[in-house]
Amino acid sequence: MNFSRYLLRRLGYSVFVLLGLSVVVFIIARLVPGDPARAALGPRATQEAVEALRAKLHLDKPIYVQYFFWLRSVFQGDFGESLYTRRPVIEDIREFLPATLELALFAGLFMAVFGLLLGVLSARYANTWVDNVIRVLAYLGIATPAFVVAIILILLFGMYYEVFPTIGRLSPGISAPPRLTGLLTLDSLLSGNWIALVDALKHLFLPALSLSLGGLFQEARITRASMLENARRDFVAAARAYGIPERVVIAKYLFKPSIIPTVSILGLDFASLIGNAFLVELLFNWPGISRYGINVMLRKDIEAIVAVVMVLGVVFTVVNILVDLVVAYLDPRIRLVERGE
Amino acid sequence: MQDVLLDVQNLVVHFRVYGGYLKVLDGVTLQVRRQERVGLVGETGCGKTTTMKTIMGILPKPPGVVRGGRILFKGRDVLSMRPQELEHLRRSGISMIFQDPTAALNPVFTVGEQLEDAIRYALGRRDHASVREVALSALQSVALPDPPRILESYPVQLSGGMRQRVCIALALAYPKELLIADEPGTSLDVTIQDQILRLIHRLAEERKMAVILISHSLGVIREWTERVYVMYAGTIVEEAKTGELFARPLHPYTGALMRCVPKLTGTGIAEGIPGRIPDYFDPPAGCRFHPRCPHCMDICRQRKPQLFPVDENHRVACFLFGRNSRG
Amino acid sequence: MRRTRIGRWWYKFSRNPLSVVGLIIVVGVVFCAVFAPWVAPYPEHAGPYVNYREANQPPSLAHPFGTDIFGRDVLSRVFFAFRSSLLMGVVVLSIVVPVGVTLGLLAGYFKESWVDILIMRITDIFLSVPPLILALAITSVLKPNLTNAMIAVSVMWWPWYTRLVYGMATSLRNEYFVQSAELIGASKFHILFREILPNCVSTILTKMTLDMGWVILIGAALSFVGLGEQPPKPALGTMVADGAKYLPEYWWISVFPGLAIMLIVLGFNLLGDGIGDLFSLEEA
Repeated sequence: MNFSRYLLRRLGYSVFVLLGLSVVVFIIARLVPGDPARAALGPRATQEAVEALRAKLHLDKPIYVQYFFWLRSVFQGDFGESLYTRRPVIEDIREFLPATLELALFAGLFMAVFGLLLGVLSARYANTWVDNVIRVLAYLGIATPAFVVAIILILLFGMYYEVFPTIGRLSPGISAPPRLTGLLTLDSLLSGNWIALVDALKHLFLPALSLSLGGLFQEARITRASMLENARRDFVAAARAYGIPERVVIAKYLFKPSIIPTVSILGLDFASLIGNAFLVELLFNWPGISRYGINVMLRKDIEAIVAVVMVLGVVFTVVNILVDLVVAYLDPRIRLVERGE
Repeated sequence: MQDVLLDVQNLVVHFRVYGGYLKVLDGVTLQVRRQERVGLVGETGCGKTTTMKTIMGILPKPPGVVRGGRILFKGRDVLSMRPQELEHLRRSGISMIFQDPTAALNPVFTVGEQLEDAIRYALGRRDHASVREVALSALQSVALPDPPRILESYPVQLSGGMRQRVCIALALAYPKELLIADEPGTSLDVTIQDQILRLIHRLAEERKMAVILISHSLGVIREWTERVYVMYAGTIVEEAKTGELFARPLHPYTGALMRCVPKLTGTGIAEGIPGRIPDYFDPPAGCRFHPRCPHCMDICRQRKPQLFPVDENHRVACFLFGRNSRG
Repeated sequence: MRRTRIGRWWYKFSRNPLSVVGLIIVVGVVFCAVFAPWVAPYPEHAGPYVNYREANQPPSLAHPFGTDIFGRDVLSRVFFAFRSSLLMGVVVLSIVVPVGVTLGLLAGYFKESWVDILIMRITDIFLSVPPLILALAITSVLKPNLTNAMIAVSVMWWPWYTRLVYGMATSLRNEYFVQSAELIGASKFHILFREILPNCVSTILTKMTLDMGWVILIGAALSFVGLGEQPPKPALGTMVADGAKYLPEYWWISVFPGLAIMLIVLGFNLLGDGIGDLFSLEEA
């Protein structure tokens, strides 16, 4: 099993792609009309002050030199300095990223678990009313943007029935657990703070659900299609022919090959999930990196914008590598063909 | 007739498609006796595999629908069996080697996993060591080199010939009374195909199994079977002892099929059969072969001919050989 | 002859009622957008109109979708917002498809040459970040308006077509008809656009129909954070965002425009599936 070589190649290529992404984002960021230093200091600042800031930020140098300085700041681990808060961007990111990660993690979990579940149900009861209900819901769910789902959920559960909170990560009056990972659920679990854990989970429910709904139904559709397709394949008929009991045929010989496309698409769905987090966090007042990102974008805080895009690019890349690894684990064809190369 | 193992009577199977049914099997009748080697020959798409999958109860439903007929295995009706009885039948009665070994092996499990599962449930054994032992001996019996390594392999790592042998091992990991071999080795080159057929023959002799050998190759049928059914478009058109059939083909379709085989002594290329396999959505009325038949008569367009005994060992479904009345 | 072929297509297409529903939705939305000044009950409400006496009216016969905080008819504004949404879809796709498809054809046909490596590496780079985020970043550094939103979405959308066509072109270039065209000395241009491209058209068309919905959705997302069509011109995302401040009391201000987005995306999804089925049946 040459898993490690496969992993190494995958990692190497990701680093290349992310460097490429940084170049692209850097170029886009420097396309801004006007002078960032002037914009940061305001119209009343003196010309000398602006020049000084330009020199400090290396804005007076050619763009490839600027890129070099930026790259150095990445390797120094501070991602440059925000034009507005005047503190290293990395500090902001460290503050806001965990909330987004926690949200995305739960949404991804919903997506994978309930998507598979609905897909299997739909395939198991194909062309019955169960299947039809799931398929109609899927069409609607896939077509509804996450921010609209969020609004409907806020209306239904948050305000009329008040079952789940719709603002922030914790209710006022509940003391947050000591910050270890930044993930509230994990931190409260680690510190044994059950009240905070339950409260954090309640707060997670609606935003995570709104984020996951589209992908969830996408997963369900793909699972259904691939299960029905594989059910007609000879290897399923063969498993039956060799006297393997029906429940094992379904739960093992049909299920495992059928979820490979579902898992493969998880990476893509996760991308739209992270993108949508930008909008859903606004609606739920979720103090995550997306809300921070929108703010820096509206303020044209260039260093911060580049950092946010890069950080989310890294998250997305890591998730994709994980998804690829799971797929390679599930599907020996991929793993073994990779090795043969 | 008490030594009849499998008795299929008038089997009718349709496939549901958008806007109607494909009427694929239109009254298939065949018998297999204990330890007999029976051939089933016909063009691709004539319903050979569908017949066999229906016998094993593994026809995908939907889209398949059994519309009529009976399948008796040792006198018991397969079509009305409960799921547990069917599982039992497949574990100890009938087994099948699929046409395409690559499609028949699950791509995401190792050979060992698949083989050991089959053995575990068939023998009702729990302990891993003895299951593995049976698995290894199954692989040995199909002459695969290095069985422990094969057990660890995924199908994708094996050659076509090895996959075919693995399929045979899977089908025959434990004793069976009837083996259905659906075009074994067709996807492989001729020498390997011959080895596979030899292997099946040897295993059938050793284990006193009956065999249904499906093929579209008359050469294979002639060499390896005792009795032959000729199938055309979902019906059995002729049945005879193998030697008898090749010496005296009666049905116009059988004759045409034989003229298609290129002969080593022949000059020029073989004849084809004019026309093509009928559309199952709207099959021809009467005899399904009539649009392609050079001897077509009026009655052939109206009535379906039944199998008619010409002599003790030879039956044919054609009006040229008698106005059989049941139709 | 031509009529019977269209008739046969329609017959196949209409066998799936969902496809017909999709077509009806799309035709309906396009109709409302094109004829908005005549279809909308209060066309003047699409602009900077204010009438506080009529503000925040719940849905009624006079205002089926209610009115917003300025007293403007939400339904009328939705009809006018369809215009910028559809415009965005059409403009983005007419930029993205030619570019993406051409690059995909080149990379696929010249597989394993420097052309392939260069194009596909760049494609991978653009695909390495969630699309909405890149679009947000691009729009934000430019001036927020509809044109820049369209530019931003185009910049991030072409790689999908490149990757799609790349996959098809790499397998098609080994087909006999391509190799025979090479043997008789056909030009590269001819091979790419006359031999390979026609075999990709059905897939591209299906994806384009589906993508109309997705581009409109991304556009709505951009306008939701204020990076699309600027007020007082109506945009679906902006209307949802504005109304969200007045939940739950004035829920209609944001819910109806939200459902309108869903309707458009649903329509193009169903239509796209129908067209996809049509081609796959045609091949079967």
